[in-house]
Amino acid sequence: MPDIPIQEAAYNYAYLDEQTKRMIRRAILKAVAVPGYQVPFGGREMPLPYGWGTGGIQVTAAIIGRDDTLKVIDQGADDTTNAVSIRRFFARVADVATTTRTEEASVIQTRHRVPETPLKEGQILVFQVPIPEPLRMLEPRETETRTLHALSEYGVMQVSLYESIARHGRIAKTYNYPVMVNDRYIMSPSPIPKFDNPKLDRSPALQLYGAGREKRIYAVPPYTPVKSLDFDDHPFEIETWSESCALCGSRESFLDEMIVDDTGKRLFLCSDTDWCQERQGEHQGEQPQEEPAK
Amino acid sequence: MYVAVKGGETAIAHSLDLLADKRRGDRDVAEVSLDQIDQQLGLAVDRVMTEGSCYDRALAALAVKQARGDLVEAIFLLRAYRTTLPRFGASEPLDTSRMVAERRISSTFKDVPGGQVLGPTYDYTHRLLDFSLAAAAERPAAPTAPCDATSTLPRVGDILEREGMLEPAPRSMATPGAGDAQDLTRQPMVFPAARPLRLQNLARGDEGFLLALGYSTQRGYGNNHPFVGEIRFGAVPVSFVPEELGFAIEIAEIDVTECDMVNQFAGSHDVPPQFTRGYGLAFGHAERKAMAMALVDRALRAEELSEAATSPAQDEEFVLAHSDNVEASGFVQHLKLPHYVDFQSELVVVRALRAEVEARNRQATLCQAAE
Repeated sequence: MPDIPIQEAAYNYAYLDEQTKRMIRRAILKAVAVPGYQVPFGGREMPLPYGWGTGGIQVTAAIIGRDDTLKVIDQGADDTTNAVSIRRFFARVADVATTTRTEEASVIQTRHRVPETPLKEGQILVFQVPIPEPLRMLEPRETETRTLHALSEYGVMQVSLYESIARHGRIAKTYNYPVMVNDRYIMSPSPIPKFDNPKLDRSPALQLYGAGREKRIYAVPPYTPVKSLDFDDHPFEIETWSESCALCGSRESFLDEMIVDDTGKRLFLCSDTDWCQERQGEHQGEQPQEEPAK
Repeated sequence: MYVAVKGGETAIAHSLDLLADKRRGDRDVAEVSLDQIDQQLGLAVDRVMTEGSCYDRALAALAVKQARGDLVEAIFLLRAYRTTLPRFGASEPLDTSRMVAERRISSTFKDVPGGQVLGPTYDYTHRLLDFSLAAAAERPAAPTAPCDATSTLPRVGDILEREGMLEPAPRSMATPGAGDAQDLTRQPMVFPAARPLRLQNLARGDEGFLLALGYSTQRGYGNNHPFVGEIRFGAVPVSFVPEELGFAIEIAEIDVTECDMVNQFAGSHDVPPQFTRGYGLAFGHAERKAMAMALVDRALRAEELSEAATSPAQDEEFVLAHSDNVEASGFVQHLKLPHYVDFQSELVVVRALRAEVEARNRQATLCQAAE
């Protein structure tokens, strides 16, 4: 059998070959030009599994350079397994500086959260998207959904929200809450909690969304209006907690709930670890608050 | 802090070490070599090459070793390497009538030009465990007859076609100029998909998925009354036209399995009754895959042949969007990733909804008590 030339040097800078990066950049430019429109692109197999961020990784690989500082979060945290894995991947193949601080990052790849620290001009937020099509669960066929988008025929989405109200007395959708981008396209914000939706609206940062398995890229350019769908008599609202973070005392951030003992005692913590740590530096010595078992 | 549920850098490094250790297994047992995998687990290598869509036995054997025999994982490894390779161009279409066939059978005719060649197959074995294989031993070499590698082996389908009994190969397939077909590893799938694209998708598709779909057509979900016109396995030359030469040169020889399925067709408004085709092709020796692919290919032609498409195997978007096991495996297993944030959002709203229901019930009980 022939020799196998396999070393790290067998792979290009940032893993993808330059032609592929150029193709992805063209798709990104088109996506930025038509906010909220899903641009098909020649998604490649990546060395991480589909559904684990291959779209986001391809977008990041296409835009990253040696001058960048990369932050990767999953569930808002830098220390979750997949965030660690993706950060290590880019440190290895793109020789890029990494950080956990939102402020310092030029590129932030995220799964399921938008950082609590407000983003600035020049920053790029790269979302990992499992199902880019916001209408998919209402209409499984791509041929149909593309037509619906082309015609702005979004009645089916309004009806589904109305049905939720009829059934539950409210819009019971909690994450992946559909948004209208630039008054034209309904877009999936990826499975971020609806808590994060307001942060997408007129954000100074560029938002890029990559769906690897479904081979779609879409974008929200800086300062673009992003409106969460609602009704006049049922306005959009976000989650609230009566508790505060046990570590930093935050009352304004998204809180994760943890079960800390066998009796089901609960503790609430910021999902955004960077935000929490920054605040802990400022607010030393606040008492953790524990919630009795429910 | 509750890092345990999140897992830090060190924990991941340890997990990788454990995996490498498990892969090697008991150090008292000799380490398996790539040659051994290639030679003695050759059908695993074939499947990895087919669904990894990369014909390289050495790389496929390496992937099988690295994946500890998990073939879907091995396919994934090979794909993720293949995708980084530059494309020189597209080869000329394979001419499988030039195949040096190790096996070639037809189930539509007792004898066919070129003959029925049984070759190496499990078809005629009794599936009794052969305990003599448990120990290493000298194995006798099988006798072989001389074969004429220069003669062509006509396809059974072509013979039927001359008679007008079988539809001609669909036009888009009959004259595929090199490089004409879209490459779905470079450009995303669009629906409705042309047949070359469908066949590409099926060739890369998961054997188990296609097997089940093909099987479902036999059980009445989109039945197309198939016969194995012919199945053949052997080596075919690969030709390529380098731009600087302007004519084709042979650059390689690869083993492929080809299945021509012949299917009944009642005829439509414009076409008299005749037999129709379903086509399957796989790298290496993979008859199950090639046959399943041919059944599904034919099922997906329902619309083209004005048949009612009522079953899953006839539903192009359903079949093509779910056939890829690297995509499917990744997305199913991504459920292992943390979903605390989404789940938290659900907890918040479900608690609120439950509280409302409880409050309503309490209210109702109070009203009843008051009455």
